[in-house]
Amino acid sequence: MKKRELICIGCPMGCALTVELEGNEVVSVTGNTCKRGEDYARKEVTNPTRIVTSTVKVANGVLAAVSVKTEKDIPKGRIFDCVRALKDVTVTAPVHIGDVIMKDVAGTGVNVIATKDVGI
Amino acid sequence: MLNYDIVIVGGGPAGLAAAISAKKHGVERILVLERDKELGGILNQCIHNGFGLHTFKEELTGPEYAGRFVDQLLEAKIEYKLNTMVLHISEDKVITAMNREEGILEIQAKAVILAMGCRERSRGALNIPGYRPAGIYSAGTAQRLVNMEGYLPGREVVILGSGDIGLIMARRMTLEGAKVKVVAELLPYSGGLKRNIVQCLNDFDIPLKLSHTVVDIKGKERVEGVTLAQVDENRRPIPGTEEFYSCDTLLLSCGLIPENELSRELGVEMSPVTSGPLVNESLETNIEGVFACGNVLHVHDLVDFVSQEAEAAGKHAAEYVLEGKKAVGREIPIIATDGVRYTVPKTINPMRMEEEHVIRFRVGDVYKNCYVSVYFGTERIIHRKRPIVAPGEMEQVVLKKAQLLEYASIDTITVKLEME
Repeated sequence: MKKRELICIGCPMGCALTVELEGNEVVSVTGNTCKRGEDYARKEVTNPTRIVTSTVKVANGVLAAVSVKTEKDIPKGRIFDCVRALKDVTVTAPVHIGDVIMKDVAGTGVNVIATKDVGI
Repeated sequence: MLNYDIVIVGGGPAGLAAAISAKKHGVERILVLERDKELGGILNQCIHNGFGLHTFKEELTGPEYAGRFVDQLLEAKIEYKLNTMVLHISEDKVITAMNREEGILEIQAKAVILAMGCRERSRGALNIPGYRPAGIYSAGTAQRLVNMEGYLPGREVVILGSGDIGLIMARRMTLEGAKVKVVAELLPYSGGLKRNIVQCLNDFDIPLKLSHTVVDIKGKERVEGVTLAQVDENRRPIPGTEEFYSCDTLLLSCGLIPENELSRELGVEMSPVTSGPLVNESLETNIEGVFACGNVLHVHDLVDFVSQEAEAAGKHAAEYVLEGKKAVGREIPIIATDGVRYTVPKTINPMRMEEEHVIRFRVGDVYKNCYVSVYFGTERIIHRKRPIVAPGEMEQVVLKKAQLLEYASIDTITVKLEME
């Protein structure tokens, strides 16, 4: 039996959660005050994911950089692969919100899209 | 002299929402004055996600959230001037502003909406001993450098203060290849959102040291390191607990201060607690026809609430321009006490208020299993159980017009925390 300690992010309470795992199966969640704590703990220990945000360089634009994000959340363990893949990317203005900046970033199957308009 | 019905000072989230709302409520001649080179304010540098959960029911990044409001502003054909700095607002609502193309501008307005936002508490305001080398930045300055200008301010970083901007920058600097060694917080709890502590610090194994502060900064030309020490319950460093961290950068995330130089000069009455104007239920200051909203009024945690507040300010400013001041009823002061530090608004007029009115406030400490209570005169009207309240999270209660009208003779409304 494995134990994982987490802090719930559902509300300002920040309950200290303890998750008991048998292999990859969640056996129990304790320390939570509400259902949201249990849901969060189950997801967080089996498949934690995050939206990753960053910037890439822009050529010929009114701004030097454009902000970007992963279109969906990606596995937490792939965050650094994602930002590394974006390191040397330069896009050419104009860029529009929602434009795909990189397809299938770091093999996650998720696109990186622009989150800001940058004109010429 | 230019003439407008409503002039809005600031083109950030508050200014944008106020302008759009004023137009919706029937005012045509509106002008937004923005000192930066683009609209959107601080949202432009907040490239992380988590904005708009309340307004759009989805998690947007800062620039996306701003973009939606800028689109609405353009669609409504509301005028705005960029790179334009407001220098003075007179009591008869003449705004003096300047920019490179037009020089000094004088603008006569019928109503003014203050939406200047806030700025960060600086090193000078924190009394940190030590030299004044390069490498000390406010967290927001570092955020602008990294996210908009494309510079990394340093490689080895210590962050003082666990406000949300500091936490966000701990993650951002890490993703850009810097080593964030520690985040130190003077108080025994963090002022930041739980979500940010988990996703910005814990995800990257960045330690958070509560009840710690910087007692020395080493380095003459460039920061070479900082000394942290634990503090006692009076926030004084405990001798013998000093610990040296070598670093080339110190980021400060130690609180935000509403930017009210223009308001003070204008004679607007200020709250010593929020450092923002004192306003009535219409978000109007003591100067008739001058309204305030967003972080210039009181510092918010969530931009969604800024947008809501600004929408109300825009509506009330429009009503003032179209119908004049509604001289009905009387203002009942709202008293904040027993753990409640302040309320916005500070007074409420039952005749002028909407059917329901949201009172926003902050508490002074972390309280568990308490009740938020509202008294009309001496009678307790609201008694709502809260498992936890904390200074970092804004609270609210909703007052109902119909109910308040039944208490026509009361002199005060009191908002407080009770343990039972």
